Amino acid sequence: MSPLRTFFYGLVAALALAGAAGGAWAEGRTPLPTITKGKGDQCVEPTAVMRTDHMRFLLHQRDETVHGGIRTKRHSLKECIECHAARDATGKPMPVTAEGQFCQSCHSFAAVHLDCFSCHATTPDK
Amino acid sequence: MSERADTTDPSRRGFLRRAVAAAAAVTIAPGISLVRLADARPPDQRVTDANRWGLLVDASKCADGCGACVDACNEENGLKGTGRPATDAQWIRTVRLRDKATGRETRMPYMCQHCEHPPCVDVCPTGASFRRADGIVLVDRHICIGCRYCMMACPYKARSFVHEDLTGQKPDVPRGKGCVESCTLCVQRVDAGDRSTACADACAKAGHRAIVFGDLKDPKSEIFDLLAKLPTRQIREDLDLNTGVRYHGV
Amino acid sequence: MKKVQFLEIEGRSLGYYALLGVLGLLVAVGLGAAHYMEHHGHVVTGMSNQVVWGIPHVFAVFLIVAASGALNVASIASVFGKTAYKPLAPLSGLLAIAFLIGGLAVLVLDLGRPDRLIVAMTHYNFKSIFAWNIFLYTGFAAIVAGYLWMMLDRRMSGYSTPVGYVAFIWRLILTTGTGSIFGFLVARDAYDTALLAPLFVVLSLAYGMAVFLLVLMASYRWTERPLGDVLLLRMKNLLGIFVAAGLYFVAVYHLTNLYFTERHGFERYILLDGGSFAQVFWLGQVLLGGIVPLVLLFHPTLGRSRTVIGVASALVILGGLAQMYVTIPGGQAYPLEVVPGKEVVGSTFFDGVVASYSPSLPEVALGVGGIGLALLLVAVAVKVLRFLPLTLDDASVDPHHRGAAASA
Repeated sequence: MSPLRTFFYGLVAALALAGAAGGAWAEGRTPLPTITKGKGDQCVEPTAVMRTDHMRFLLHQRDETVHGGIRTKRHSLKECIECHAARDATGKPMPVTAEGQFCQSCHSFAAVHLDCFSCHATTPDK
Repeated sequence: MSERADTTDPSRRGFLRRAVAAAAAVTIAPGISLVRLADARPPDQRVTDANRWGLLVDASKCADGCGACVDACNEENGLKGTGRPATDAQWIRTVRLRDKATGRETRMPYMCQHCEHPPCVDVCPTGASFRRADGIVLVDRHICIGCRYCMMACPYKARSFVHEDLTGQKPDVPRGKGCVESCTLCVQRVDAGDRSTACADACAKAGHRAIVFGDLKDPKSEIFDLLAKLPTRQIREDLDLNTGVRYHGV
Repeated sequence: MKKVQFLEIEGRSLGYYALLGVLGLLVAVGLGAAHYMEHHGHVVTGMSNQVVWGIPHVFAVFLIVAASGALNVASIASVFGKTAYKPLAPLSGLLAIAFLIGGLAVLVLDLGRPDRLIVAMTHYNFKSIFAWNIFLYTGFAAIVAGYLWMMLDRRMSGYSTPVGYVAFIWRLILTTGTGSIFGFLVARDAYDTALLAPLFVVLSLAYGMAVFLLVLMASYRWTERPLGDVLLLRMKNLLGIFVAAGLYFVAVYHLTNLYFTERHGFERYILLDGGSFAQVFWLGQVLLGGIVPLVLLFHPTLGRSRTVIGVASALVILGGLAQMYVTIPGGQAYPLEVVPGKEVVGSTFFDGVVASYSPSLPEVALGVGGIGLALLLVAVAVKVLRFLPLTLDDASVDPHHRGAAASA
């Protein structure tokens, strides 16, 4: 086998090993998401639906709101935060982007960048 | 200004108008109504061009040294100064003008003019700068890429670019670094049924009533009445943009 | 004409690696500056709500305009039928793509939300010339890539002329579109004119030729390949003509503005009062970028010297950056008219006053990084692919020419 080919196969093998080792090491280091209980008995959609489709709802809603002035509450981001922002001991709402909080927790686990809150408020009105 | 057929039952609409008129008669302070008009557009109904929101500014009533409109706008929309006026966002500002020939000075609040043919909308590459059906010119910050071309294009220098990270935004007014923004005619209030903007309310509260907000297409509105009576102009009317903000006394 | 042999450069000398190192460093610094600007926001730059486009756009627009003009040499071969220029065509195409990529990189990295590039490529407002430019720029890169293929692949050489025509027309539209970015803006005294589109077309010819001459002379000198005078002297004359044409358009632009009373304020600013902008206009754009190169290039003895041609080309490039500096931030610094006949005596948003703008280090680093990227792409490409003819001496370029060799 030519030196180049040896090098190439060796590199692939080394990377595969490193990946497997890293994966084994990481398991148990990544904290599972903590889902704080929101207000009320249930969310506006079933949990399984929300898990897969919440971005689809939000993306559709945002266009309707911005361009059409439609401000229904069901899929409104503001209303999500209204229910899901946890409160600390004094009753003050905590930002949903803080460590371990509602949005941040799952997004950190799934390694999906949260872009919404560079603009949107992270706490509800009151 | 044509009247568009409304989708609600006309007799119900008529009843609501009378009920609201009665309620408006018992408001506690001039210009401020605690009662939101019950015939406001329902939240699940799309905006249409049946309304055209605008402002009438009476510069002769704009008081020296007063910044009520600016403060109110900042408070309503969560605009916080950082002490760097060159890069801080300003959605409304007061401008003092002097006639070069006569020396007469005037003072007026100046903001996005909500044109019917906005140059900022024409030039936006992604379509983020757009004009809503009811006349409010907005920036869809979801698709704004922050190129600032609209800021170059605006004849009124109405737009601001957010130059740094923001925190503590108002839940009704999302805004963030890297996008362009300007006066929204308090769209969050308009959609909630408030018949006024923060600046108009504050000006009325300060006793000047230099800014009046209303529906330019509604013959029963105060602004329509005033526009029929007073001589008014647009700023830079030579550009034929048909602005939604009109001025008297400039 | 003898078949021209193209060959990759050897590219193993210390000098070559040093060049790559320097260019790579410029690119790295540019990327670092972009990261810094994106992370902290544009507050760390000299740009503000009054002057929204600064040094990055000066460099980006210059690079894009030069890219379009750099293809001119290939067009002279394919479109204008001067077959003597055919050996130069591949380098011309390479420069066009490389400089376009450099310019676009700077433009994109200066966006407020560069992470939204995908949005920019999927949402279009077709009334915006900016949106059209996105198509024109990417399309140009694709067409020139195809053009290069036609030129370098012997089987496709029959197609190089039709593709050359398409590339030629495309870049005229592209440069018109670039000038129209400013020309379509009715709001500002500095813009709002149909003249900017043809001005940019003419400027592109000058900047492109200057860049081409510098890269050509440098690459042949540093690889010690022969470069004859026949084409070089013809191209330097062309450069002189393009520079003169550019000066003409600038003169007409200002003379017309001076005729309109309403533009007197702006003209006074740009030509007299405007501080750095007026100085850069006269010294940078007109004198160093226009008159001095013209004198040098058309001088009977000086114009035949390679050093002088190189200096003249460098001055034209400097003049180009000066032109962009006067046009882009200079055009924005002058205040907008609020109410004609009235002057603004007070405003918290800088209405009615000349805006102050001073270039900041991150902006300059980003802009220079773009030039570094363009040149780095060229330097790598000529080693990897056969862009440069083995020889461009007079005998192989034009066997029938009888001329004295120029002093080097």
